[in-house]
Amino acid sequence: MRRATLLLFALLALAGPARAVLPGEQLADPKLEARARAIGAQLRCLVCQNQSIDDSDASLASDLRVILRERLRAGDTDRQAIDYIVQRYGHYVLLNPPFEAETLLLWLGPALILVAGGVWVATLTRRAHRVEEPSPALTPDEQAQLVKRLDAESAS
Amino acid sequence: MNRFIFLAPVGLFAAVVIAFAAGLGRDPTKLPSTLIDKPLPKFDLPAVRPGDVGLKSGDETGEPRLLNVFASWCVSCKIEHPVLLELKARGVPIDGLDWKDEAVDGAKYLAGQGDPYRLAGNDKSGRAGIDLGVAGVPETFLVDRRGRVRYKHIGPISPEDWSGTIKPLMDRLRVEG
Repeated sequence: MRRATLLLFALLALAGPARAVLPGEQLADPKLEARARAIGAQLRCLVCQNQSIDDSDASLASDLRVILRERLRAGDTDRQAIDYIVQRYGHYVLLNPPFEAETLLLWLGPALILVAGGVWVATLTRRAHRVEEPSPALTPDEQAQLVKRLDAESAS
Repeated sequence: MNRFIFLAPVGLFAAVVIAFAAGLGRDPTKLPSTLIDKPLPKFDLPAVRPGDVGLKSGDETGEPRLLNVFASWCVSCKIEHPVLLELKARGVPIDGLDWKDEAVDGAKYLAGQGDPYRLAGNDKSGRAGIDLGVAGVPETFLVDRRGRVRYKHIGPISPEDWSGTIKPLMDRLRVEG
């Protein structure tokens, strides 16, 4: 019994996440279909904007999956097939935004914040070290005064 | 200067709040069109209305016009429809693209709701709409006299959208060469 349960869970772990790609949309050539899947996962569905067209049930996503497969079957490279859709819907459809002037802040922002934080921490630690300078020793005059006061206090 | 350094986080917080507030006010469904200042993509669509000519790109009449993407299954199109009928009454040329719809249903919709269109084409497969970068209906393109897209409106056109944005643009296109 226990072994059967374990086997069941082991098999469940093998199951991939469900995709919305419909059987009728799939290409007969498994190589082309694999390329189409790889591209589809990178393209944003315009209707439910945080899903890829492979994940979405929207009818526009289905149309785009079919168009993508048409392009691949017509001999397009991955790049050309992606460009075909970007031409129509803009860079917004790319779930992986390209590195260009418009997205500079998006790509470099985290690094900039890291550098700025590092500089800040460095200045703080340097300042903290500076405080630890030893205080100057007492002059003989001050030493004499201190002894006198302590004597006076212990005498009372 | 150092006395006020404790205010720096407050200032940073204020900057972040302003940036987020500006971001929240933006509608993520309103995507910029890639067609601005470019000619309409090629399409040649059959008629929606029985016995009509349909709609194809290159049907230029020498004056700016609206190209309205609609569908009989589209709920917000019904909100926009009275505005379109009013524009037609004021003499604004509007062409209709019936997206991902059966021509019969499109014709029934126009017969029931009123027909604001000069030309109307049925895009059953949705390919013409996809070439136009249509993500949902309604969407409306402002096309100039030479057949170039100059502006795209996403969602129903409200009377304010018309008087505040689209009409001034159209008036400007009418006088340009």
